[in-house]
Amino acid sequence: MTPSSPETLFEKVWNEHLVRPQTDDLPAVLYIDLHLVHEVTSPQAFTQLRERGLKVRRPDRTLATMDHSTPTTPRGPDGVIPVVDQMAAAQLDVMRKNCADFGIRLFDLGTRNQGIVHVIGPEQGLTQPGMTIVCGDSHTSTHGAFGALAFGIGTSEVAMVLATQCLLQNKPKTMAVRVNGKLDPGVTAKDIILGIIAKIGVGGGTGYVFEYMGDAIRGLSMEGRMTICNMSIEGGARAGMIAPDETTFDYVFGKPHAPAGVAWDEAVTHWRTLPTDDGAAFDAEVTLEAHELVPMITYGTNPGMGMPITARVPDPDRTRDVSEKLALDKALTYMGLQPGEQLLGKPVDVVFIGSCTNSRIGDLREAAKIMRGRTVADGLRVMVVPGSQQVKAQAEAEGLDRVFREAGAEWREAGCSMCIAMNGDQLEPGQYAVSTSNRNFEGRQGKGGRTFLASPLTAAATAITGVITDPRQVVGEREYA
Amino acid sequence: MEPVTQFSGKIVALPINDIDTDQIIPARYLKVTDKNGLGAACFSDWRYHADGSPKPDFPLNKPEHQGAAILVGGHNFGCGSSREHAPWALMGAGFKAVISTYFADIFRNNSLKNGLLPVIVDEETHRQLISLAQEDPNTSVTVDLASQTVTLPDGRQVTFPIDGFSKHCLLNGVDQLGYVLSLDAQIGAYEEANPQRVSTVAV
Repeated sequence: MTPSSPETLFEKVWNEHLVRPQTDDLPAVLYIDLHLVHEVTSPQAFTQLRERGLKVRRPDRTLATMDHSTPTTPRGPDGVIPVVDQMAAAQLDVMRKNCADFGIRLFDLGTRNQGIVHVIGPEQGLTQPGMTIVCGDSHTSTHGAFGALAFGIGTSEVAMVLATQCLLQNKPKTMAVRVNGKLDPGVTAKDIILGIIAKIGVGGGTGYVFEYMGDAIRGLSMEGRMTICNMSIEGGARAGMIAPDETTFDYVFGKPHAPAGVAWDEAVTHWRTLPTDDGAAFDAEVTLEAHELVPMITYGTNPGMGMPITARVPDPDRTRDVSEKLALDKALTYMGLQPGEQLLGKPVDVVFIGSCTNSRIGDLREAAKIMRGRTVADGLRVMVVPGSQQVKAQAEAEGLDRVFREAGAEWREAGCSMCIAMNGDQLEPGQYAVSTSNRNFEGRQGKGGRTFLASPLTAAATAITGVITDPRQVVGEREYA
Repeated sequence: MEPVTQFSGKIVALPINDIDTDQIIPARYLKVTDKNGLGAACFSDWRYHADGSPKPDFPLNKPEHQGAAILVGGHNFGCGSSREHAPWALMGAGFKAVISTYFADIFRNNSLKNGLLPVIVDEETHRQLISLAQEDPNTSVTVDLASQTVTLPDGRQVTFPIDGFSKHCLLNGVDQLGYVLSLDAQIGAYEEANPQRVSTVAV
């Protein structure tokens, strides 16, 4: 069928999944191709299914893992990762029982495919262009890097998808997020997305699905694209998408669940039809120039409070309105920062390299490039947490674990770890961390903990010096070009 | 679910922009496997000292704000994590509605599915409500879902938007799952027409 008018990537994927279109009275019924499940946001959904005597409609489109409340501490002599927190242990047992009772495949703690839900989908080849993907986790937007429509849902919606494989949705608006040009050395995908969010604010994308485009986006690896789409939600957008291209196809090809043979050719033929048509209209548009970007860092308590690492902390008295001043005052008080203060050179207590934003093999390679042959600063705790057991195995095969260990960093088991601090990995009150994760909310990395969000390069550079460091100062261009 | 129709209640203001769901219910409370008991942990880190004693200055702890049923939050309320524990915690703490100028998408969806009403008002009304709550803690407003109105103490009525389907479900106390379950045949037809893209159980 030829579309009567040019369509965006989002509209194509949306339209292909309509069981029932939206009407004046009813939201659209959207079919879900892949439902990822984890231990924290699913128990009450399974309870609802039991109460109503419902089955999981499509166990074959559902996959469960354990990541949020799981410890990342070393395995015991028996090869098992011990779970000392009794509430977490009980929650993991509930996940096991729910998966067994409802016939859902589970990547159990410590097994070879287990990991952060947004790391395992892509690495298994389950995440593919043109799909609809949901999970009870706001960072489900990650999967949009493949040209999928992927977004986080609440537990009631988890129950709905388990029972019906569908969701009720009102059609969101679309925003084109264009990043022109080429990134300078030392500037990464993380800096792009922190730059975008600093520009539009944490609520700027509310009601929208982003489509990232432009040469700087095209030039990124799939892992860089995932980092960007991952943080769409931090700009308020439930989903962020990037049109699939050769980079996408190369990444998906050969993955365990990727189509093969004739099915591969058919799939690619379809995927090539997905990119936004020339002349398709967006409801809003924002543009950045890549060459204007430098390494970014956050200074406040939401991801929109970010700035170039070379800049100074803004002054609340120079904000636009009263509520913005209050928010900035509150943030700087929590962070223990002064207006006009420079963050470069500020001592930190912890460096965390991990999370669904930046825990893939490419992220670890970047960090290792800086840390190789160097030593972690005295008194600093550096945690490197691979996103999945597969990433961990790959990193170990490449010797990256030795690079980190020999530098004095902790090399841990896979999981969300200190990004969410509900698994034993957390900051102490008042501690400062440079973190490659996605949220610097108050207490996010531990009650009273204070987070500076940055790229893996910036985190690794800081790990070496012990103070917030511009990665461009630590290494020559050859190391990260 | 209990029907949501009309209610009056005291308002309490938390005029902070971008209140994220990590503040509404910190992650360490998410190790539960049911929905109950989260009210005591609502805004835990803002509400309690490290030793567990309440912070007297926090609005929700003030004696005059006890029993408040409507929370007036800053712009972009409920951003961040998708945890439905946020509306469960707010409802556990006694709230029936949250008023703001706009809500984060996932929080808004989650709230509507639990009978916690997200009420969007214009900036001027928002400012007025915050002032009223701070000046007179006994300020009460009436929220009427059928007419989609908030009635202020001076009798002024402002309307708020809500999609027709959510409104129907809330007014009648029916959950949205029942409707989708009734579409079984259509979902089956869609599945027939659209071949399987992936199978999680293969390989």
